[in-house]
Amino acid sequence: MTFWRKALGAAAGAALAALGVAAQAQEPLKIGFVYVGPTGDFGWTHEHDLARQAVEKHFGDKVETTFVENVAEGPDAERVIRQMAQSGQKLIFTTSFGFMNPTLKVAKQFPDVKFEHATGFKRDVNVSTYSARFYEGRHVIGLIAGKMTKSNVIGYIASFPIPEVVRGINSAYLAAKSVNPNVQFRVVWVNTWFDPGKEADAAKALIEQGADVIMQHTDSAAPITIAEEKGVLAFGQASDMTKFGPKAHLTAIMDNWAPYYIARTQAVLDGTWESKDTWDGIAPGMVAFAPYNPALPKEVVALAEYARLGISLGKIHPFTGPINKQDGTPWLAAGETAPDGDLLGMNFYVEGIEGVLPK
Amino acid sequence: MDLSALDPVKLALSLIIAATPLLFAALGELITEKSGVLNLGVEGMMIVGAIGGFATGLNTGSLALGVAAAAAAGMALAALFALMTQYLMSNQVATGLALTLFGLGVAALAGQDYAGKTLDVGGKLDIPGLTDLPVIGPLLFGHDALVYLSLLMAVAVWRFLTRSRAGLVLRAVGENHDAAHAIGYPVRLVRVGAILFGGAMAGIGGAYLALVQTPLWVEGMTAGRGWIALAIVVFAAWRPWRALLGAYLFGGVTIVQLNLQALGVAIQSQYLSMAPYLVTIIVLAIISADRARARLDAPACLGRPFHAAS
Repeated sequence: MTFWRKALGAAAGAALAALGVAAQAQEPLKIGFVYVGPTGDFGWTHEHDLARQAVEKHFGDKVETTFVENVAEGPDAERVIRQMAQSGQKLIFTTSFGFMNPTLKVAKQFPDVKFEHATGFKRDVNVSTYSARFYEGRHVIGLIAGKMTKSNVIGYIASFPIPEVVRGINSAYLAAKSVNPNVQFRVVWVNTWFDPGKEADAAKALIEQGADVIMQHTDSAAPITIAEEKGVLAFGQASDMTKFGPKAHLTAIMDNWAPYYIARTQAVLDGTWESKDTWDGIAPGMVAFAPYNPALPKEVVALAEYARLGISLGKIHPFTGPINKQDGTPWLAAGETAPDGDLLGMNFYVEGIEGVLPK
Repeated sequence: MDLSALDPVKLALSLIIAATPLLFAALGELITEKSGVLNLGVEGMMIVGAIGGFATGLNTGSLALGVAAAAAAGMALAALFALMTQYLMSNQVATGLALTLFGLGVAALAGQDYAGKTLDVGGKLDIPGLTDLPVIGPLLFGHDALVYLSLLMAVAVWRFLTRSRAGLVLRAVGENHDAAHAIGYPVRLVRVGAILFGGAMAGIGGAYLALVQTPLWVEGMTAGRGWIALAIVVFAAWRPWRALLGAYLFGGVTIVQLNLQALGVAIQSQYLSMAPYLVTIIVLAIISADRARARLDAPACLGRPFHAAS
């Protein structure tokens, strides 16, 4: 009987071991997301959360995602990120610029956890960074704005004078100017990312000063509701904002993080993840567009689509010389395209934009 | 750049819209503080008013019902504050701060189904013949009902405080609650009433933001207006007319600076953005500069807890 007992024991042991292996294989990859705003902001955080849901849908029970919303930039962020790493998340996305230093600090203490930080510039062996070339989208909506304005005045609601925002203004202006030489840009700095009341007031001020197309680099849909009320045109920010102004809303530049999040999750599953910097645009689909307003004339849609395709094929660069800076000093020679370094540190208006860029 | 492009009538219309939420909230807080209670929860009461008003306005299509719901929502939160500070004797400053955080959270939760919706209930007054008059037409007869209500409330608050017996009792309670108690005035009851009034007014202010100014609901949309209203009350030296002036100054300078930027004026925008805060504080500080008078204006028992036994 001893033989049988031993055999049984061995078999059971093997079976258990096999079960263990199977269990290990099926152990889902835990992925954490840290958001700066509420998932219901209909802007920045909303899009990150849609991408998280896309990851869940794509991988099914191979992954398990969790998120924490409304995390303040600063010490609180570090606590949340560390908590996530401690509770077994193996891949953590931190989705705001201000999470940069906390992410790096926690990453040092958890070398076997992979971190992905949005819009930052500091990396480590287990910290990647990623951002989107929104200025490519601004080029496309700049063309539409240049074609659609009747007063030749385009209003731009800007948040803070950081390169990201300045790049967007320059890109949109150059595009609008290329199809409408008489176009003027009026920029209002509201010094906030999010204040619906102030954004609404800024939109009204721009409309009163003659703007009939409104662009925004702030996060709420208030400018769209005002544009609809006053009968002018506008573009959504980060998400499709059509429902806030069905007549006013021409299209929106949308952040689409899903392809990137899926690719990075796959890399972790395959064991091929390594630290890198990603700055993607229209081509891989990181920058996308809301459906065009049906009222847009066919030739304007064609122009926009031509530019979108041209950019995604690498045939068109929104910053192609000759371009001078606002004070008239040359920046790019004819045919030259802007190097990424210039774009990342952009702190000047291009020639033709009026007003003073806050320093 | 051409300054004549600034149309004073249009500027005035915009400034009134920007100032009205502040005016409502400031008048409410003024009454609360005149009774001796410091409620730092204005921001929280404004935002529950915003979602309460927006949700009701959206479901009923009625501005009046939306405003009533906003007032009720603000009052509900204020009642919590009254319970905590007047009956459970909690610290007013801490409770007020907690009320702001709580209000922001509750509003976010209640507003989940309303994010991304918009509505149109802010009917403007339109009297044929009168509203069409140049300049004074739109200025006097071209607003929505809430603007008239806010001005009416400024007059009412002023009359209440200076011309009515009840206002005198409220001020007595705020100046010296022990004396008021000794004469037989119901200190606690007066304060609860003042707190509730403050909540209702803050709620209406929030509703104005969500129903008329933007008009939409989104989490955190008051964006600090409650704190500005609080500051206006102090710099206005607890006087209704100065609160009106402060709210209109703040709204006015905000609108003018946005318009100047839109005109392309060559001034660094940081200075323009600072302007509303600076101008409001400087003007109100100057007109309230008489220190002896200012001491008289500040309710002596502001923020002090009242124990009937002592």
